[in-house]
Amino acid sequence: MMNSPHSSIRYDLQIIASWIEPGSRVLDLGCGEGDLLQHLITQKRAVGTGIEHNEERVARCIEKGLSVLQGDINREILDYPQNAFDYVILSQTLQQVYAPAALIRHMLYAGRRGIVSFPNFSHWRLRLQLLLTGCAPVSRQLPYQWHDTPNIRVITLKDFRKFTEAVDLRVLKEAAINTNSQDRYGRITRLLPNLRATYGIYMIATQ
Amino acid sequence: MSEYVEHTQDSVSVGLVEKKYFTFAEPPHAMVLESGTRIGPLTVAYETYGALAPDRRNAVLVLHALSGDSHVAGVYTPQDEKPGWWDCMVGPGKGIDTDRYFVVCSNIIGSCMGSTGPAGTNPATGKAYGLEFPVVTIGDMVAAQKALVDHLGIEQLLCVVGGSIGGMQVLEWCVRYPQTVFSAIPLATTMRHSALAIAFNEVARQSIMADPHWNHGDYYGGPKPALGLAVARMIGHITYLSDESMRLKFGRRLQDKSDFSFNFDADFQVESYLRYQGRKFVDRFDANSFLYITKAADYFDLGQQHGNGSDVQACSKARAKFLVISFTSDWLYPTYQARSIVTALKKCGRDVSFCEIEAQWGHDAFLIPGARLKSLIHGFLQRVHDEFAA
Repeated sequence: MMNSPHSSIRYDLQIIASWIEPGSRVLDLGCGEGDLLQHLITQKRAVGTGIEHNEERVARCIEKGLSVLQGDINREILDYPQNAFDYVILSQTLQQVYAPAALIRHMLYAGRRGIVSFPNFSHWRLRLQLLLTGCAPVSRQLPYQWHDTPNIRVITLKDFRKFTEAVDLRVLKEAAINTNSQDRYGRITRLLPNLRATYGIYMIATQ
Repeated sequence: MSEYVEHTQDSVSVGLVEKKYFTFAEPPHAMVLESGTRIGPLTVAYETYGALAPDRRNAVLVLHALSGDSHVAGVYTPQDEKPGWWDCMVGPGKGIDTDRYFVVCSNIIGSCMGSTGPAGTNPATGKAYGLEFPVVTIGDMVAAQKALVDHLGIEQLLCVVGGSIGGMQVLEWCVRYPQTVFSAIPLATTMRHSALAIAFNEVARQSIMADPHWNHGDYYGGPKPALGLAVARMIGHITYLSDESMRLKFGRRLQDKSDFSFNFDADFQVESYLRYQGRKFVDRFDANSFLYITKAADYFDLGQQHGNGSDVQACSKARAKFLVISFTSDWLYPTYQARSIVTALKKCGRDVSFCEIEAQWGHDAFLIPGARLKSLIHGFLQRVHDEFAA
């Protein structure tokens, strides 16, 4: 499934957007400059809110007319009433979360469903790097050295699946994707996804 | 809250503006205050900028702080060198764009800038009210503003915006008249004063009341309690700044001298600055108004007054979309107080945006020209204006 070349948002965000029904209430944790939120509001008539830590990015969002609040996602997720949202999205941030199980539990309290995505650490290039060079892998999706990386969790598609079973989550949808060098275009990886996908995206709910 | 500190007039301005007056609550229709006391007639001084749209959906109400007034922007005469207190924010193409919005600001009751307050004439005695003036609350100030908004034929306000005590009025508007407020921007404010904030206010009040000229509030026609009011203003000024801003602005630099004077003249620049601010304030502000307004701010407690002690219950009465803003170096209303507004609003499902602006200027940061605050307010207003029109 190649995306249309005119789409302005990243390929992984296009997949997420395609899963969201029109008119949904959406919370985007770590919303950055609000690209996904804006896309969901304009294309899906979503009612969207974001949480972002960085003042500059929060300001960008509010200037664009988005409803976004500055704060730590682990703290800010706690204030919402149960099922305040249809979807709570955690896009490419799980690998930076100190207590992922707690955060996902809180996501699935504030929202009926959660959408989680992360870079796949078991991509064959990364495996090969470690095997051949003996150094911690560095890639476009994981571009940091061990000492300056914000990514404190090493997650593979297989690990996340095991995690969902261990903490009793239902996986409603999943997509293993492979993206091009600007992350603009990509394709779904059906064959050997744990080896070939650069990112995994999951829609989850409680049992 | 140090309005009129060092503003220079912008090249772009709303231009000439006029202070107007609205009188209401003529007996027997006197206004019943929160304390139960009746007062009337009441006069509210106000100014408007820009034009009310035919659909009346572009009205923005600006709410001023302790020592502010209705004069938000522009000048009174072509020779007037001192523009309104938020001229950097309100005007053509500015954060609150007067080409798009109809901006209204009124002087709060209890003040001395044209609205009824302790310096006004008590119709019962023909003399100045003094301490006969009833204690007014933030709720009473807002009720008077509502009368003005009704008088202007505005059914629903696009936005209410204000900082500090003006921010308290913003919150009060949202829960007292939820149907009237489409959106709200509380800046550098709180749902209730901390003990620290009450303490500073009390020291300032004591300073006024300890001045022999104060004479239990009965000084109109005689010498004013100028020293007491000046010291009260000096205390206030310290709370509006920050450790960092005072270090940058003054440090330990001496004023017009190279060595200590070894007496009690103003040696340090910071002393000289505070004395100057104190003196300047006495010329334009009434000491009794200072007492009444600080008391109203200390009494304000949104959760207590509107939610049986629960902030969430109080906030659940609001219907507005919110943009809450705090400043990193504000130690009078620190960010944790803004965050508790945000938390309460989230808990009751309100649409709320929040930004903590990195600023070194302390509580006063909201009055100082800054690109960040301007673009936040501009973007938020544009969004709610579109949504209000839809």
